[in-house]
Amino acid sequence: MNEAPPLLSVRNLRTHFVGEEETVCAVDGLSIDIRRGETLALVGESGSGKSVASLSIMRLLDPASGRVAADEIVFEGEDLLAKSEAEMRAIRGNEIAMIFQEPMTSLNPVYTVGEQIAEAVRLHQDASPKVALRRAAEMLDLVGIPEAAKRVHVFPHEMSGGMRQRVMIAMALCCNPKLLIADEPTTALDVTIQAQILELMRTLQQQIGMSILFITHDLGVVAEIADRVVVMYAGRAVEDAPVEAIFEQPRMPYTQGLLRSVPRVDRFADEQEPLYAIPGSIPSPSRLPKGCSFHPRCPHAAEICRRSVPELERVAQDHHVRCVRWREIEAPREVPA
Amino acid sequence: MTDRDQPEGFPVHPAPGGRVPDIETGGAVPVDFVQDRPPEAPPRSQWVDVWRQFRSHKGAVAGAAFFIFIVLAVMLGPLIWTIDPTYIDIRARNTGPSLAHPFGADQLGRDMLARMMAGGRTSVAVGMTAMLLALSLGTLIGVLAGFFRSLDGPLMRLTDLFLALPLLPLLLVMVMLFRQTLATNFGPETGIFILIVVAIGLTSWMPTARIVRGDVLAIKEREFVLAARSIGTTNSRLIGRHILPNVLSPIMVSATLGIANAIITESALSFLGLGFPPDFPTWGRLLYDATDYLQQYPERVFWPGLAISLTVLSVNYIGDGLRDALDPRIRGR
Repeated sequence: MNEAPPLLSVRNLRTHFVGEEETVCAVDGLSIDIRRGETLALVGESGSGKSVASLSIMRLLDPASGRVAADEIVFEGEDLLAKSEAEMRAIRGNEIAMIFQEPMTSLNPVYTVGEQIAEAVRLHQDASPKVALRRAAEMLDLVGIPEAAKRVHVFPHEMSGGMRQRVMIAMALCCNPKLLIADEPTTALDVTIQAQILELMRTLQQQIGMSILFITHDLGVVAEIADRVVVMYAGRAVEDAPVEAIFEQPRMPYTQGLLRSVPRVDRFADEQEPLYAIPGSIPSPSRLPKGCSFHPRCPHAAEICRRSVPELERVAQDHHVRCVRWREIEAPREVPA
Repeated sequence: MTDRDQPEGFPVHPAPGGRVPDIETGGAVPVDFVQDRPPEAPPRSQWVDVWRQFRSHKGAVAGAAFFIFIVLAVMLGPLIWTIDPTYIDIRARNTGPSLAHPFGADQLGRDMLARMMAGGRTSVAVGMTAMLLALSLGTLIGVLAGFFRSLDGPLMRLTDLFLALPLLPLLLVMVMLFRQTLATNFGPETGIFILIVVAIGLTSWMPTARIVRGDVLAIKEREFVLAARSIGTTNSRLIGRHILPNVLSPIMVSATLGIANAIITESALSFLGLGFPPDFPTWGRLLYDATDYLQQYPERVFWPGLAISLTVLSVNYIGDGLRDALDPRIRGR
């Protein structure tokens, strides 16, 4: 399984924001691999650096403030960091596409949705406006918008949030990208629409055969869609594992805490222990605590945790954790549904 | 809904059995009848929509009608009212309205109606051209400053510099320096026209630049710009297709205010004697000439003043209506 080179391989990604007074490290040494056809979920709280990481990979950060450095970002055997801006433009939307959190603001209000999807087609394929618009209608049909041929002439404000997110997906997928980066695509939608959109993404993934980098803070969504999970905390990956392992044998106290703070629907209310909350809040990236950045909030913190930043250690095949005490901390006995 | 209402190629959602469900009975409505249906209207051209929205703005329609009337009057009027605006009928000097001179005649006996039309032609032409110049300059500088962070500082300091320049002395110097050169190269009238348009354009682009920069800064941070960049849009396309259309409304407002401003500045220049030559009528010049006789013949101030105000007002209304009509969010369905 591991023989084929991954579609995208990021080694030691570091993204700094240079401010007037201080330089903030938003992503510190992130390494991820995405294999072909696989869905990798990047999970973490707000401010843990997930979105910044994705924008860094796409090289979409404003170069005036965000400094991206990495040992390598290899996509299909080519180093994205070595590419010129024009070469990157040819990759964006064509090979790597992105969808965003807010379908309400991610579409340009002054163009019809058809024109906006057609724009992506015209940028990457030498298509006439007419052909591009026909392709846009096909895409709308593919993402499950009824009467697509007519809906291409509709403006974004005439659509609901779920419909707009479908349009965003159509826009991202119209050039058959190999990798789709989805930055919290379901966060702004209500639960039923969320389920529809996830189902749609899964179906399309099988049809097109693309890989997905799925960024979210919602563990329910992760369980739905991911093959593998990388948990991020304060700019660092703290645990990465196949999705079953994350839910069944989380080794990092942070992951365990996250899972315990999700309400369980498989138990009656009177059997349920009070919902757990991880004490404190995520530290500001400019004032990270010394040592393991999670130790002030960790129930298992010991003296050693305050001294040095732990390395990612291998727990099992494909399972790594950044915790010095993982052998001493028991994995929760019970298997959540 | 009948088949007749439905445009070709867009089949009606069939009600099973050809029966329209009776809502009042509260009976079960067939599932495929309540499912998501597309907007009922057939695809329509965007410009038809724009026109429809524009028409619903009463002030804009009235403004457009009046502006067209003014333009026609100053362009075609001299063909009908054939008196030369510079012809001196000394016996008619200082007369009030009469059949021979409906607007009266001035202190030299020149026909006021002919002079109003000739003056209007110059004033409207100066207003439009100077506005276009100021607008393009202001939009260009505003977009560049807003979009490229490295240009922001220098361009905005340049804007501040221009705003700080004392306008009238600057115009005075420009007229002094270039009037002769331009007059010899392009003839006295065209020369002074170019001079005035450029002078007004160069001294009135700053508010537009500031407004556009502010809006571009705000639009640039919206997610659809990031989305556009994520599909590989180039910077020039990003500016032209995604940012400019979204800052159109402040630009439209600037445009209408710009015409008004240019007409008034030209009037002021002519009023100060720096504008067109004395025998070449413009609305501002007419106003200037009439002030000497304000106490004896107040109507001579009235006509050019009214023409300036109404033109400016009508242009403002047109801009207001256009802004609404061009914005799809306001235009609605």
